[in-house]
Amino acid sequence: MMNLESIPIQAFLIVSSALFCIGIWGLLNSRNAVRVLMSIELMLNAVNINLMTFSSYVDNNLIQGQVFTIFVITVAAAEAAVGLAILLSLYRNRVTVDMESFNLLKW
Amino acid sequence: MSIAITTQFICFTVLSLVVLIGALGVVLLESIVYSAFLLGGVFMSVAGLYLLLNASFVAAAQVLVYVGAVNVLIIFAIMLVNKKEDLKPINDIKSRRIISTSICLTLLSLLIRVDLTNVWSLSSPLNSIGEESTIRIGEHLFSDYLLPFEVASVLLLMAMIGAIVLARRDVMSRDISTGLPVDQELIEKSSEPLLTNKN
Repeated sequence: MMNLESIPIQAFLIVSSALFCIGIWGLLNSRNAVRVLMSIELMLNAVNINLMTFSSYVDNNLIQGQVFTIFVITVAAAEAAVGLAILLSLYRNRVTVDMESFNLLKW
Repeated sequence: MSIAITTQFICFTVLSLVVLIGALGVVLLESIVYSAFLLGGVFMSVAGLYLLLNASFVAAAQVLVYVGAVNVLIIFAIMLVNKKEDLKPINDIKSRRIISTSICLTLLSLLIRVDLTNVWSLSSPLNSIGEESTIRIGEHLFSDYLLPFEVASVLLLMAMIGAIVLARRDVMSRDISTGLPVDQELIEKSSEPLLTNKN
């Protein structure tokens, strides 16, 4: 293992896959709306690790993956701000953050 | 960056363990405050992984935006909505857990299988531009990614205005029906919830 030149790309990819799956699990199983937003952030971070890995291992001259990561970070910041604002106005109307009680669109 | 390969392995192992265990803590811990602080730790470790991948600019952006802005925003949101409430039990919680866990494990095994079996066509040598990556990102942002860059600024403006509009309290100085001045302090306590629970 020590005669490798660098960390194998598979190691980074496995970490990113595991982080993404943890995020999905949290998204499906959380009852607190804030935790759902946190899980979304975890998934976005997994995607970012994936992009950065490929940018560094496959496209290391034109690092376009890093530019994509910058844009994903921008969108994630906007998403967090709007998501938490929606959460606050939901809390003001229903006085709870329980995901099970937001069932107005349920048929 | 030319750290010895053994050091790189040690750093990678520690950082990825912190990322994965911290992420498990974020989704599994009972207290949401602990989750928020663990999320900050996960973001910092992801920035460390970016440093290992020779991307110092993106690592700095990760620390500034995620730890400095998103995590603080989440902690503020917890502070604003943190009310102890006993959640109503769900009757089919066990089958739900089983189904979601099996979906996640299936997806994980699929992804890991793709990661391990695919033959990646890697370019060599690794990390050839190194610390010039910041210059390269700047060139990209102002030449071939100029349009997304400008659209991102419009998106941030829209998110800013949208967040203000959504989170603002609609408080008028006078009550519309009675014409009496409204007590601004008690507006949240006195107002009835607009929507009642269905069940």
